[in-house]
Amino acid sequence: MASIRTISFDGVIVGGGGAGLRAALQLSQSGYETAVISKVFPTRSHTVSAQGGITCAIASMDPEDDWRWHMYDTVKGSDYIGDQDAIEYMCSVGPEAVFELEHMGLPFSRTEQGRIYQRPFGGQSKNFGEGGQAARTCAAADRTGHALLHTLYQGNIKNRTVFLNEWFAVDLVKNQDGAVTGVIAICMETGETVHVKSRATVFATGGAGRIYASTTNAHINTGDGIGMALRADLPVQDIEMWQFHPTGIAGAGVLVTEGCRGEGGYLINRDGERFMERYAPNAKDLAGRDVVARSMVQEILEGRGCGPEADHVYLKLDHLGEEVLQSRLPGICELSKTFAHADPVKEPVPVVPTCHYMMGGIPTNVQGQALTQDSGSEDRVVEGLYACGEVACVSVHGANRLGGNSLLDLVVFGRAVGLHMETALREGIERRESSESDLEFSMTRLNRLNRSQSGDSVAELRKDLQNVMQNHFGVFRNGEFMREGIGKLAELRERIEQVYLPDKSQAYNTARLEALELQNLMGVAEATAITAEQRRESRGAHAREDFQERDDHNWLCHSMYFPAEGRVGKREVNFAPKSVETFQPKMRSY
Amino acid sequence: MLQVSLYRYNPETDSEPFMQDLEVDTGGRDLMVLDVLEMIKASDPSVTFRRSCREGVCGSDGVNMNGKNGLACITPLSETVRNNKLVVRPLPGLPVVRDLVVDLELFYQQYEKIEPYLQNHNPAPAIERLQSPEERAKLDGLYECILCACCSTSCPSFWWNPERFIGPAGLLQSYRFLADSRDTATEERLAKLDDPYSVFRCHGIQNCVSVCPKGLNPTQAIGKVRNLLLQRAT
Ligand SMILES: Cc1cc2nc3c(=O)[nH]c(=O)nc-3n(C[C@H](O)[C@H](O)[C@H](O)COP(=O)(O)OP(=O)(O)OC[C@H]3O[C@@H](n4cnc5c(N)ncnc54)[C@H](O)[C@@H]3O)c2cc1C
Ligand code: SF4
Ligand code: SF4
Ligand code: FES
Repeated sequence: MASIRTISFDGVIVGGGGAGLRAALQLSQSGYETAVISKVFPTRSHTVSAQGGITCAIASMDPEDDWRWHMYDTVKGSDYIGDQDAIEYMCSVGPEAVFELEHMGLPFSRTEQGRIYQRPFGGQSKNFGEGGQAARTCAAADRTGHALLHTLYQGNIKNRTVFLNEWFAVDLVKNQDGAVTGVIAICMETGETVHVKSRATVFATGGAGRIYASTTNAHINTGDGIGMALRADLPVQDIEMWQFHPTGIAGAGVLVTEGCRGEGGYLINRDGERFMERYAPNAKDLAGRDVVARSMVQEILEGRGCGPEADHVYLKLDHLGEEVLQSRLPGICELSKTFAHADPVKEPVPVVPTCHYMMGGIPTNVQGQALTQDSGSEDRVVEGLYACGEVACVSVHGANRLGGNSLLDLVVFGRAVGLHMETALREGIERRESSESDLEFSMTRLNRLNRSQSGDSVAELRKDLQNVMQNHFGVFRNGEFMREGIGKLAELRERIEQVYLPDKSQAYNTARLEALELQNLMGVAEATAITAEQRRESRGAHAREDFQERDDHNWLCHSMYFPAEGRVGKREVNFAPKSVETFQPKMRSY
Repeated sequence: MLQVSLYRYNPETDSEPFMQDLEVDTGGRDLMVLDVLEMIKASDPSVTFRRSCREGVCGSDGVNMNGKNGLACITPLSETVRNNKLVVRPLPGLPVVRDLVVDLELFYQQYEKIEPYLQNHNPAPAIERLQSPEERAKLDGLYECILCACCSTSCPSFWWNPERFIGPAGLLQSYRFLADSRDTATEERLAKLDDPYSVFRCHGIQNCVSVCPKGLNPTQAIGKVRNLLLQRAT
């Protein structure tokens, strides 16, 4: 095998979204040679699409607000399988991380006092669920992700981070001791395959919403980090937990933010009834996302859907008035007109629950170090590898993420990863060596693809995969049906491994990348399917018709999917926060 | 059948770019141009373009459609197709990497030149810096730029001087920081722009305004930067 070019850095961060850029900023500020690899120019990462805001107890709208209340909501939202030490860290460090963003220039909307504007979001309460709805989501109109991502990119320009933009990471490089020594990546413009070595590698590759046919996620959200981890024989945690967002625009999948309901919008069925009053008498339209999504599907199944096919419901906003809509939700008005041909000022927006967020991912500790389990089911750190953002499962979202908590997760744990790497580098982690043979596995896969002579097309296989996931692993799940889906995926796996790449050219070959992305989607889909079938209970976003109750006796734990054997194991949830009392599992009602 | 004419160029196999004529069955639907490109790519995977968010917020798919720059993902056929014909070309004036993908290096360099980050010489408070809603409103119409390059690649002054004229996108961002009540580097920023090219190559032709998919107005922002520079000179 001809050897490939090698380049080296102290720290390599795969991913230029909010999480990756926050980690990069921390590390480049400390003077270590830091490179960010991103398959798109950083400001084109999916974080740019985030609309509603970043949830954090900065006590602007309510001077009494307390991060412990935010912690309570998050633990409850997670249906009690979020790790309480991690949630405690996120909620308590959060304000510092948000103020840092403001100091960097993030153009937050403002209150009359000149402080950051906060809006109500689902699942938020005051005083541990006793004090009514809170308003805790810090917003820059309805373009918070855009404002956040651009601000972080700007911060990295200032600190001279090295960017390998439009480079595609293919695989992790792991040496004989199981330590990660870098990645293999393709420079898209030239097609060259390069070995990028580092003393510490961070995965911040974002979500994988493209495993479903209908999704709010960008085309690039193909779960590459999960795919790479699985191929390197690392486990993933709680991967069966997929959030379906209540308000994707019917037909298009494009999201309209929960902030719409936060600002006073609500859902109606074909009779014009505000049906959430029946399902969640207290929180109504601002109940947890899983609860609202299920209620909507229930309405549709019972024949109270809207439109000629009765296959969606309506989001009513017109009563808020043009002025509020234009100042608070300008982006939503644009999207709705473009993709639903509906002007929210005048008419309701057709919406349907749509795949939105991957709660599971690469398990990490609170410092962001990737974890696996040894044979005795004890946690073990994967040397040289970190993960943060949507690809990671630290786990602050458990079985159901609260709105606005992802952006907070990105900046808090992106920062934590940077801090821990800085210390580790200063303490002098040695550059671990890897040999040609450690690259071989990955090069063989690339070579097969580059020599393929026949097989099915990427477009066809991708569609088949997305349809299986959509039909068999949606909002409501059922054992028999899932087992059928797992069978279909097994057939697809063979075909996807043998996918045909007709275009063998080097320069900016997006066909090759889409084939590699498809193989990553396959890994995520399979892990999701197998784990979903095994978790025999209903919890958070995982709702089973054949096991409708939460089963704390057997399943108050994380699932762990081990790729080599296709085995599902368990891992304990952390119930030991440092500065507050444990929040004990309770019935979850809104 | 929609008649599509697509700009093709693969540096490894084509000595020159050419236009490829294709027919696409849209089933009579008013698709977005990006949907049409995806349909073409499904049958010919070698067709190359950038795309990510498919909702007009990431700025990946700026292209030239029937002579006008815009984002393929939020341009419905009904808005651009005339006489059943759609001509798609890369953004003009920049080197073509392959098919619809252009090399944006010069565009990004101009953006970096304006130091696109907040500069404040005072120590930061323990909470956020305060800013009134009125002060914040001055950033509306500026901070929303998605760096799609539709404007700069429609600007004749940028075509002629891409190395020296900052261009509408960069200047819009320059003003975004000049207008921010939290930024204290006004004087330094203006000093760096005060030459015959960086700002003053703009001739107010407004091509940039007419193509901006986010409805932003770079010409107006440039006018404000220009006024600040003129005030400074007196
Ligand atoms: C429409 C929408 C609205 C949302 N709104 C909100 C909200 O209001 N509040 C909130 O808290 N959350 C929101 N979310 C969720 C949140 O936006 C995401 O979870 C979050 O942005 C993910 O950030 P990230 O940094 O982990 O990954 P991303 O921003 O997805 O970035 C991933 C990065 O990895 C790179 N990458 C991936 N694979 C590779 C590879 N193989 N090689 C090289 N680079 C690679 C990409 O180029 C990209 O730079 C929303 C999500 C959606 C879909
Ligand atoms: S107004 Fe100025 S910046 Fe805009 S297109 Fe004309 S010359 Fe270019
Ligand atoms: S000003 Fe408008 S056209 Fe120009 S880069 Fe920004 S968003 Fe694109
Ligand atoms: S794909 Fe993001 S702007 Fe069109």
